[in-house]
Amino acid sequence: MNARIEETDPPPRDFGRNGGSLINHLKERFGPDAVTEQSTRDEFPTVWIQRAEVPAILRYLKHKARPRFPMLYDLTAIDERSRANRESVPAGDFTVVYHLMSLEPFREIRIKVRLAENGLSIPSITRLWPTASWYEREVWDMFGIRFDGHPHLRRLLMPTTWKGHPLRKDHPARATESGRFSMPTERHIEEEEALRFKPEEWGMERQSDEADFMFLNIGPQHPGTHGVIRLVLQLDGEEIVDIVPEIGFHHRGAEKMGERQSWHTYIPYTDRIDYLGGVMNNLPYLMAVEKLAGIIVPDRAKVIRVMLCELFRISSHLVWYGTYAQDVGQMSPVFYMFNDRERVLGIIEAVCGARMHPNWFRIGGVAADLPDGWDRLVNDFLSYFPPKLDEYDSMVMANSLLKARTRGIGAYNTEEAIEWGVTGAGLRATGMEWDLRKQRPYSGYDQFEFDIPIAHNGDCYDRALVRIEEMRQSLRIIRQCVDNMPGGPFKSDHPLTTPPLKDRTMHDIETLITHFLNVSWGPVIPAGEGTGCIEGTKGLYSYYLTSEKNTIPYRVRIRTASFPHMQIVPFISRGHTVPDLLAIIGATDFVLADIDR
Amino acid sequence: MNPTIQTLLLIQGVLVGLLTLAGLLVWVERRLLALWQDRLGPNRCGPGGILIFVADGIKMFTKEDWIPPGSDKPVFVMAPAIIVVTALIAFTIIPLAPGVSILDLNIGILFFLALSSMGIYSTVLGGWASNNKYSLLGGLRMSAQMFSYEVFMGLSLMGVVILSGSLNLHDIVKAQSGMWFVVPQFLGFLIFLFAGLAETHRLPFDMPEAESELIAGYHTEYSSMKFGMFFVGEYVGVTLISAIIVTLFFGGWQGPLLPPVVWFFLKTMCFILFFILLRAAIPRPRFDQLLAWGWKFVLPVALLNLIATGAIALARGN
Repeated sequence: MNARIEETDPPPRDFGRNGGSLINHLKERFGPDAVTEQSTRDEFPTVWIQRAEVPAILRYLKHKARPRFPMLYDLTAIDERSRANRESVPAGDFTVVYHLMSLEPFREIRIKVRLAENGLSIPSITRLWPTASWYEREVWDMFGIRFDGHPHLRRLLMPTTWKGHPLRKDHPARATESGRFSMPTERHIEEEEALRFKPEEWGMERQSDEADFMFLNIGPQHPGTHGVIRLVLQLDGEEIVDIVPEIGFHHRGAEKMGERQSWHTYIPYTDRIDYLGGVMNNLPYLMAVEKLAGIIVPDRAKVIRVMLCELFRISSHLVWYGTYAQDVGQMSPVFYMFNDRERVLGIIEAVCGARMHPNWFRIGGVAADLPDGWDRLVNDFLSYFPPKLDEYDSMVMANSLLKARTRGIGAYNTEEAIEWGVTGAGLRATGMEWDLRKQRPYSGYDQFEFDIPIAHNGDCYDRALVRIEEMRQSLRIIRQCVDNMPGGPFKSDHPLTTPPLKDRTMHDIETLITHFLNVSWGPVIPAGEGTGCIEGTKGLYSYYLTSEKNTIPYRVRIRTASFPHMQIVPFISRGHTVPDLLAIIGATDFVLADIDR
Repeated sequence: MNPTIQTLLLIQGVLVGLLTLAGLLVWVERRLLALWQDRLGPNRCGPGGILIFVADGIKMFTKEDWIPPGSDKPVFVMAPAIIVVTALIAFTIIPLAPGVSILDLNIGILFFLALSSMGIYSTVLGGWASNNKYSLLGGLRMSAQMFSYEVFMGLSLMGVVILSGSLNLHDIVKAQSGMWFVVPQFLGFLIFLFAGLAETHRLPFDMPEAESELIAGYHTEYSSMKFGMFFVGEYVGVTLISAIIVTLFFGGWQGPLLPPVVWFFLKTMCFILFFILLRAAIPRPRFDQLLAWGWKFVLPVALLNLIATGAIALARGN
């Protein structure tokens, strides 16, 4: 690694070297009025299209455009009714946002459609992308926008008995703003009845010619699901005919909270999205905020951030590794791996003062400088851990029973992975060498030497292989951090850095005022849109922020990796048995808080 | 002494000894697993935590004994008793020392096989009567598992019977005075070991309870001492299988210097510890993989072993 890190914030993104040619192309094909460009703060390619043309234009982008955009990365909406600042945003009450991605070459495009309050419906694209199903249900649930042609447009995160659409601006965010909550017996019975699974609602048969099907609830409370999720299995004997996952039990309204917390006080909430990723979740949020604010993070802060992210990657993968072995019935490894995780958490605690949710990155840097002796702690771990990994390989991965349980189970290929929006280790296990840290290095990752581990069969075993090798690569990165930790400040001297540097606070009134404002009502971030995206422990995490030049964000969209990873589970489990399902769940490595947010 | 009183005393001794051993095994297993897994295990109650089984017992007896609505009540209540009773009865034929066993049956092995088959009813009926889908799946798995494993469990012992020329366990032990049967019948030993593991449904053959898949399988709905009976039954079953292995393949009570009953105890403990170690070490195969392996591989091997043993015995002219 170079002694000094070059400025590595992502270059302004366009449609590649041929610039706006894709937009021109769209205009040629669909008429000059069909497509309107919008400029965003982070120069994310964003266009507006008409509601009626959504299926046609998306189909074109998926199949014919150059480059093609085969992945529906995200689909969400924004309630625009309380906007004060509408620069470069056309009139409209609600906006539906499609985020498409091309992996090779890596390009992104955001497509927006405005809707009027009296006509809240839009054609569904579930036929184009199966993964659109959950996203559209979420938007219906949260905003009340109908998707015409969606096969099961039901609530996804909220209970079916819920009144209203939470992410609308007129829906209260706090319990104190809504009426007093009570749960009389009749309502209790109604709520319980609403949870009863009715196969007919999902177009499922109760019996076939040969067999009566059994409907088995795996969850919401089940030792194999690692959290509150309910998978309703349609079983023929022990063979899985179909699965209906039901999520939302862990839904805490993280996006809604973003609309009432200040930019600074929202950081702890991000810690709890992928709760095994800790400070890694702070990073995409802060990258988006820093882009909006125009803050350039100093080198030392960048390297500290990278080091902690990689430590958390190891810690998260260790939890996964142990529970994965446990899910296929191996009892002991989880204890060894949690012991090792304890060592990682020890380092994290020494640096951040907390273990799972340190809430330690700040707008413009990190909360504090590294403590004395941090390098000794990290070095100890770097020499301790590699032999342990080898030992675990022979204990878990080389075990022939484990191989028999996971090879060829839950397999999908690269096309299917992209079609369903799978990223991270799940994508790399299909043989695609794609890692955001290489494709669009952030926070100085381009200055580090590391490899992208891949595997080829896309089954449970290969997903495990990829993650284990990722831990070794993380160790490499951490070693480079220790050997080349740059000096200098751990926080930017930009006025919007929160909390601001204090060295001149008591010396001049201007700095004092800025400091006072930033820590009292919080920083006011310039208007615009910003997106931050990282390669998280489970796949791509991104935060899509809309700012109105206020102390709070106007809209916070959190796109997590576990959400599409859970959605693909029925598709890869059909025809397998119940034990295979547990192996698939174990190898998927999802976090319930990451699915439900 | 009056032979009746003698027998009664022996019954009393075996019963108390076995149940205490089953209780102690809870502690042994938990402490050993903890040792292998870099943690402490139960260490609070009594010296080294050894009284944990007393605490467990008090807990089990004082917990609410819940019978799920919709269950088949008589069957639900009876099921846990079956596993303990069959395992205890099977112990009557085990020779603890020369001439010392509660029953001296000339059909010893058949008696053991019959009772171990009976024991399966416990899990199958328990799973069926609970009116719970997880229990039902567990019970189904158990019955299918047993269908396949009972077959070669019997076959694997026939080699021993041919070599000793008797079904009586005392005669079998005496026939091993020259050489333990594990040497000529090594295949038979391995097959019986697998079948015995499947019989006691402990990891890696714990599909009927597979906690990561079926919560607790057939005993999901059991609480209080009914659950305790399954618990005790499992440990008595492990002890029984270990004792049978020792009797049939490792010379039973035979050994130099130490008294026979001590030798018997030591050998049996070795196998119990081996079962515990196995639980700590390996993952659980899938149910259909286990069945396929049993029918397609172990059964033919068991048959071949039997044929070869028979042929050799014939050639030797006995």
